[in-house]
Amino acid sequence: MNSERQYIELYGQTKQFIDNGSHALINAHRQQALEQLEAQGLPTSKNERYKYIDVAEAFAPDYGLNLRRMKMEADPGAAYRCSVPNLDSVLYYVFNDKVVAKDGNTLDTDRLFVGSLVDFAANRPEEFNKYYNKFVGDGLVALNTLLAQDGVVVWIGDGYKCEKTIQILNLTLGNVAMMTNRRVLIVVGKGAEASLLVCDHSLTKESHLVSEVAEIVVAEDAVLHLCSIEETGETNKMFRSTNIVQHCRSKLSYTDVTLNNGLTRHTLDLHLAGEKAEACVSGLVVGGGTQHADSDLLISHEACCCKSDVLYKSVLDGSSTGAFAGKVYVAPGAQKSESQETNSNLCVSPNAHAYTRPMLEIYADDVKCNHGSTVGRLDESALFYMAQRGVDPTEGRRLLQQAFACEVIERIELPSLRTRLHQMIEERFRRGSGACGDCVLCASK
Amino acid sequence: MQKKEENSFIRKVADKDYEYGFTTDVETEIIEKGLNEDVVRLISEKKGEPEWLLDFRLKSFRHWLTMEQPKWGHVDLPTIDYQAISYYADPRGRNNKNENREIDPELEKTFDKLGIPLQERMALSGVAVDAVMDSVSVKTTFKEKLAEKGIIFCSISEAVKQYPDLVKQYLGTVVPYRDNFFAALNSAVFSDGSFVYIPKGVRCPMELSTYFRINAVNTGQFERTLIVCDEGAYVSYLEGCTAPMRDENQLHAAIVEIVVEKDAEVKYSTVQNWYPGDKNGNGGVYNLVTKRGLLRGENSKLSWTQVETGSAITWKYPSCILRGDNAVAEFYSVAVTNNYQEADTGTKMIHIGRNTRSTIVSKGISAGHSQNSYRGLVKAGRNASGARNYSSCDSLLLSDTCGAHTFPYIDVKNNTAIVEHEATTSKISEEQLFYCNQRGIPPEEAVGLIVNGYAKDVINKLPMEFAVEAQKLLSVSLEGSVG
Repeated sequence: MNSERQYIELYGQTKQFIDNGSHALINAHRQQALEQLEAQGLPTSKNERYKYIDVAEAFAPDYGLNLRRMKMEADPGAAYRCSVPNLDSVLYYVFNDKVVAKDGNTLDTDRLFVGSLVDFAANRPEEFNKYYNKFVGDGLVALNTLLAQDGVVVWIGDGYKCEKTIQILNLTLGNVAMMTNRRVLIVVGKGAEASLLVCDHSLTKESHLVSEVAEIVVAEDAVLHLCSIEETGETNKMFRSTNIVQHCRSKLSYTDVTLNNGLTRHTLDLHLAGEKAEACVSGLVVGGGTQHADSDLLISHEACCCKSDVLYKSVLDGSSTGAFAGKVYVAPGAQKSESQETNSNLCVSPNAHAYTRPMLEIYADDVKCNHGSTVGRLDESALFYMAQRGVDPTEGRRLLQQAFACEVIERIELPSLRTRLHQMIEERFRRGSGACGDCVLCASK
Repeated sequence: MQKKEENSFIRKVADKDYEYGFTTDVETEIIEKGLNEDVVRLISEKKGEPEWLLDFRLKSFRHWLTMEQPKWGHVDLPTIDYQAISYYADPRGRNNKNENREIDPELEKTFDKLGIPLQERMALSGVAVDAVMDSVSVKTTFKEKLAEKGIIFCSISEAVKQYPDLVKQYLGTVVPYRDNFFAALNSAVFSDGSFVYIPKGVRCPMELSTYFRINAVNTGQFERTLIVCDEGAYVSYLEGCTAPMRDENQLHAAIVEIVVEKDAEVKYSTVQNWYPGDKNGNGGVYNLVTKRGLLRGENSKLSWTQVETGSAITWKYPSCILRGDNAVAEFYSVAVTNNYQEADTGTKMIHIGRNTRSTIVSKGISAGHSQNSYRGLVKAGRNASGARNYSSCDSLLLSDTCGAHTFPYIDVKNNTAIVEHEATTSKISEEQLFYCNQRGIPPEEAVGLIVNGYAKDVINKLPMEFAVEAQKLLSVSLEGSVG
């Protein structure tokens, strides 16, 4: 299936609208992306990294695109209750690909910029050119570069330590089947520190496809805590490609939690490009119904003395599918690399499927690299133990699943977010898959 | 200082020659180079095969023509010119077609030199040998003794003539000719190999063994082995191989098919020592093999043990299809690569039956500029309730220019299946070396000791005669640094 054709044709027909709704610096990258997409097409299952997902099928429907930039906003403030108690945060809404600050102002100071990609390109062209589209990706990234008109930028200047957590709330909306091409740029300057919370919600019952490309740079000695939570619906498809470059002595903690979704594909390329960079990458999928969550990681150790620690877990119920692939690559000369990778999957129902591929590709000898993966079900003896002590089997099962999932949550740096997530996960297990519980936006669907 | 000594030792090892690299000067009948339908017909004719087998070969050949040489392995396999290879070489000479004649003394000497006794009286222990040189089996020992128990052990060409029904029943059932590119090629041009049939309830009284040798220049070896172990039977089968040192690469594309019926058990051990090429990566054998066992009956058991030290490129995955309920499969492997060798090897465990169990233990050792990959698949089908797998893959790196890679694939479609996989990659720990040095063990011996201990789990699974050979081989491949 040549799903990319319709988008290439669409681009040909609507180039003017796309360019008008964006910025010249963003437009400058489209031609090259077009050539790449025409040459490569969208990835197929023959591509090892897309073995368990049919990209062409996901992109095949005739989605509407808001190329004329018609105003699409809702009033989330009144309805939104997915806040994190005790978390001091600055909140931004992103309607499809358009950023709106909660108080109406985007942040733009010498040391900090949080706002739209178009504004960033207009106000800081040099910085924009330094970081935008530096990522040689596959056909999906090319498609995003071709069609993306706007997105979110978080730029933190050298040495600036953000006191507040920056919370970005991605909301998909539209009253027809739509596609959103969103671009994300996160730059944490030298010695800077920031924590980011990104939540994905869906405000539409219609089918919605989000294609997001995120480029993240963590400069020398910088620290970034990034947590991403997806609570969308079964009609939502999400294709996210993230490219992270970490420089010397930088630290990253990255957590990706999927509680409700339709089809989610996350490609994460993490480059430990500077010496002594450290990354802690975690993921949790709670699957039910027909949810499909596919994570593909590449952890590339490119300099000496870097450390990476990957933990991905999934609890799969109903006829959900969880696919995980994580390749740890150690480049020649990247001595003293340390890497640990674990993927554990719990198949709760007979129709749940788990695919796992932890991989190592190592070209240096002085390394310590381990990986492990497991697929299994709940421990019968633990269930029996609880039943003996009067715990209801349903409750016992929920407790075990929750305990299994908690290991990932415990790795999150922000205590208040941990507490909130524990709560959310408990709710998720109590009510099963479907709408996200506490959030009125989702509950009102 | 210690590092320096270690390096000089590894350098010394790299200079070590391949022990089995001699050639035998024997009159060999070789057909013209090239591959087309006529060549397939000619091979079939030379072997005096029945019509059905020729049809099988032609079908395979026609299918092969529609395929392309695969590229997905983590090996740098050049596009092979299949027209530059001769597909049939018979070292028994041009003029003699009598299969029962005495074996050429030159050939016998060759096998003696390789340590393979072709005279039954000389055999130390009860090991029956089928010796295959180039495209034909030159001698099978202890045939009569085995026949008393109803065991069939002969070359596959002979089996086609004497037991056509058995061969027809099983050939291509485990590895169909459409399976992959090299399986299609083998099915079209396969020359010789062994055929083993163990009847119901018989425990084979001796180890069966096949020794493969490539001798002729510019030929490929395409052996085909078929082992059928009937209900309640048991057999232990060994396979060994060597080739002369030549500057050009030689192709070895084999198929091994094993059928294990109810309550039967097969133990298959390989010590692979094809010529690995010289220390600059010139020459060597391309070892591209499809090995698969079908555990057809309940409580059947299959165990693969392999020690891979040779070949310029190794690309093979001895696999098990666990179809019978309660079937048990095991895979133990040590793969050693040095200089410019490349190995992409592992296994597939496909759980179909209920309560099936499999174990994978893989140890990779890479040195020099070599690349060593483990690639494995563990699959639990929808009906494989209670399936259980445990995999452990360790890699040891002995130089900073080599590579060690692990690519496991786990697909689980049944929630009562439990699959576990773990892998580690590291170099020999400084603490272990220091500990040995402290106790007066010089660095090279210490490395040897540690590597031997590392490979022990797998070596212990080999039959005794082979275990000794495997240990020797480890020391040849990497010498003192590993054994």
